[in-house]
Amino acid sequence: MGVDPDAGLASSLVARGISRRRFLAYCGSVTATLALPARYATRVALALQDAPRLAVVWLNGQDCAGNTEALLRGARPTVSQVILDLLSLDYHEVLMAAAGADAERARDETVTRFAKRYVAVVEGSVPLAQGGIHCLVGGRPFVDVVREVGDSAAFTIAVGSCAFDGGLPGAAGGPTGAVGVSGLVRGPVVNLPGCPVNPENLTATIVHYLTFGEPPATDAQGRPLFAYGDTVHEHCESLPHYRARRFVREWGDQGHRAGWCLYNMGCRGPSTPGNCSAIRFNEGTSWPVAAGHGCVGCTTPRFWDAMSPFYTRGGPRPLEPPEALPVPDPRPRPAAPQIPAESPTTTTAGAPVPGPPAVASPDDGGGGPAVPIAAVVAGGAVAITAAVIRRRRQLEAEDVRDTEPEETP
Amino acid sequence: MTRIAIDPVTRIEGHLRIEIEVEGGVVRDAWSTGTMFRGLELILRDRDPRDAWVFAQRACGVCTTVHALASVRAVEHALGVTVPPNARRVRNVMAAVQMLQDHVVHFYHLHALDWVDVVSATTADPVRTAALAGSISDWPGAADHFASIRDRIKRFVDSGQLGPFGHGYWGHPAYQLGPEANLLLVAHYLEALDWQRDVVRAHAILGGKNPHPQTYVVGGMALRMGPSSPTGLNTATVGQLAEIADRARSFVQRVLLPDVELVARSYPEWARLGRGLGNYLTYGDFPEGASSRPYFPAGRVLGRDLSRVLPVDQAQVVEHVARSWYEGEGARHPFEGETRPRYDGPEPPIESLAASTRYSWLKAPRYDGGAVEVGPLARLAVSYASGHADVVPAVDALLGRIGVGREALFSTMGRIAARALESGLLADRLVAWVAELGAAVAGNDLAVADSTRWDPASWPAEAKGWGAVEAPRGSLGHWVVIRDGRVANYQLVVPTTWNGSPRDAEGRRGAWEEALVGTPVVDLRRPVEVLRTLHSFDPCMACAVHVHDASSGPGVDLRVG
Repeated sequence: MGVDPDAGLASSLVARGISRRRFLAYCGSVTATLALPARYATRVALALQDAPRLAVVWLNGQDCAGNTEALLRGARPTVSQVILDLLSLDYHEVLMAAAGADAERARDETVTRFAKRYVAVVEGSVPLAQGGIHCLVGGRPFVDVVREVGDSAAFTIAVGSCAFDGGLPGAAGGPTGAVGVSGLVRGPVVNLPGCPVNPENLTATIVHYLTFGEPPATDAQGRPLFAYGDTVHEHCESLPHYRARRFVREWGDQGHRAGWCLYNMGCRGPSTPGNCSAIRFNEGTSWPVAAGHGCVGCTTPRFWDAMSPFYTRGGPRPLEPPEALPVPDPRPRPAAPQIPAESPTTTTAGAPVPGPPAVASPDDGGGGPAVPIAAVVAGGAVAITAAVIRRRRQLEAEDVRDTEPEETP
Repeated sequence: MTRIAIDPVTRIEGHLRIEIEVEGGVVRDAWSTGTMFRGLELILRDRDPRDAWVFAQRACGVCTTVHALASVRAVEHALGVTVPPNARRVRNVMAAVQMLQDHVVHFYHLHALDWVDVVSATTADPVRTAALAGSISDWPGAADHFASIRDRIKRFVDSGQLGPFGHGYWGHPAYQLGPEANLLLVAHYLEALDWQRDVVRAHAILGGKNPHPQTYVVGGMALRMGPSSPTGLNTATVGQLAEIADRARSFVQRVLLPDVELVARSYPEWARLGRGLGNYLTYGDFPEGASSRPYFPAGRVLGRDLSRVLPVDQAQVVEHVARSWYEGEGARHPFEGETRPRYDGPEPPIESLAASTRYSWLKAPRYDGGAVEVGPLARLAVSYASGHADVVPAVDALLGRIGVGREALFSTMGRIAARALESGLLADRLVAWVAELGAAVAGNDLAVADSTRWDPASWPAEAKGWGAVEAPRGSLGHWVVIRDGRVANYQLVVPTTWNGSPRDAEGRRGAWEEALVGTPVVDLRRPVEVLRTLHSFDPCMACAVHVHDASSGPGVDLRVG
């Protein structure tokens, strides 16, 4: 596919103990994940290899720190790699050593020194009522801090549902005039809603910027297509049961144990965009519907009011009965990751991905990364792609069997 | 007399401002201000009570899961539902994993940098570090491992981009560990990052994800459970849980406990500082066995008197708002509680709040009229005074090894030790509870939810309930009033509201305001000592908020950090 990096990159890779072939395979895959032509792989390789640590200012407003905790759960790359190798997390109140005015100094230095070159991440909503007195940081209204930091950033990531549209503090009954970040800052804003965000989507967004110098393509709500282009429903393992009309009727009934569809228990998956069912959470361990509870629609606008009450189908915004819903087309859509079968970089797709161990052993946990950070990030992208592709193939196979509805117990 | 403001206090969850008055190198007075308000209790009104846990869980993403548990317990209490034993086991496993993960993250990532000088670690001798490591634990740690960590940190520091370690108090005389101990703890800081990511996978198995696991329901757990269930809790995932529990226990016993002991030995004066109120309360939690007896018992210890345990009755809990940014003056029980925010503090930017009557978004909870401390030390003190068969020997052994008396427990270091000790005990219980769950799955004992009260038509016109949880940071209570199938009132009284409360109507300080008094401050511009005592409470502000205000008065002399 025409990748021919210069000798400098190759020797750098060798020096870091990684085979050139392996690194290029990762880069090819991240390119595929981002639905870009294969020729961009060289650019991914060069960008990830040479990138200095990206300065990040992470602000917390009306938040619960759930997205911060999500960041700590990131697996590819791991959080220690994110903190030490990929990013320069210059301001993050939960993690930084400095406190008080010294902390603010760290933030102000980055805003000045790296103007238009750092990324602002905002977690939590921004209260506007009464001049913003419901969230004060360093004695100042949070909205002033958001504007100051967001206006000078290369771009801003609104992480989680509260920063997206006001989230929980902005729900009905909330007295603080809580809003999301879009519209408050001058630069571009990428929204990563979810309660909280899946950290793999956060790192993928940052890698896109490191590689291409711009944030990923988004939908009308500012949500990246690579993560929010499909609905949760389309890659759900209970979809065959949905099509066969096998629905759970009561918590813990036979159907519930057997993995049947949670539609009648209130699941909002059919109208919720997200890749939860494809990439899952916590190193791909599980996701809510697999564990046994319906989706609550946390990536959708105003979900606390629009999707609740969560257990009934007749909420403020009732969904169509299942019969009337279109059956999703399981084939990949143009905006989704594409892995051409003939590409030499697809040998890893659908198979276990070579990469760092999921859990570092005491002997290598804190040492230098076994592979360059770029390779780890790209490896994560491979895994995401592989999960999506695997799921789609599985669904296509299951489609054949799921033609006759069965009785519910 | 110099007045100092630290805002934002970092390495905590949420938004906290601390003002202190220092005279003669010692803190003479302190004011704790929660500076963020969301109005969760107002948002919960008129919702479906079965939905309440989804909302309430968002009180905090650090102590995730605990508010969900308190919420379903409150609604179950109101509706008279008893959950099946499996649901109790699943909830115990999730709460125990949460507590272990939270305590380890607190020690290494939120608190250790008050005791560990990262820059000093770059000068350590890896061979001597390995020797030190081997002398306190059999946890693997070879010299070349420490050399690679040291070099990695050194490269990081030399890059000039210190990231989260920028502007720390490195080189402050209060840092007393040698370079090797610093390197050892920095290495474990990094290992703990990976460890916590692994152990919370138990929440993904049982709850679908973490943070904010999503399988609670009123009546039990919405968990797919069966030996051959395709997902959820099946034979394979029981095995994964057992492995996670083993790894959790191993790290807590072989890394956390020895490291805490190392820090405690190196900072002996901190077993005498930060003593605080001396009154402790716990609701008790982790029901187990046929009688659902809580593993950590409920009770109160007053005046540091370990010979006597007093009972706890939720009816004695009230919240004051006289010094907080809410309408009203008196104290109310949570069932009658109100949340009517009214900021009457100074126009921002804020100079000082210390002279203001109202100065925090936190309310001031009091028990039987008095301020109490909640948290790991409270649980440990009550368990110890109750003669707990596991707690007493564990506490005595640690105190004996360090060579201090029981009074050392009531201190900044005592809080840290209590957190580590209860982690060790709970790790053992975690292994046992996972084994119980495994036996249930294997034996086809699969009831995990009681749906008899699921239909709102089965509810009374009015019901009241409360749910208590011992969260990592202490005693958590949710109170709910249900009327005509909707939430009529919902109040949370959370651990940090107890510990970080402002003064009450009688002017009595909250727990950490009190503990800060008497703390030495060597360098007014770098008050690391204040952070030590504050962080020993593991502040977590988001859920604590309910503010407090100040009227005109003298400004602060310094805003420091």
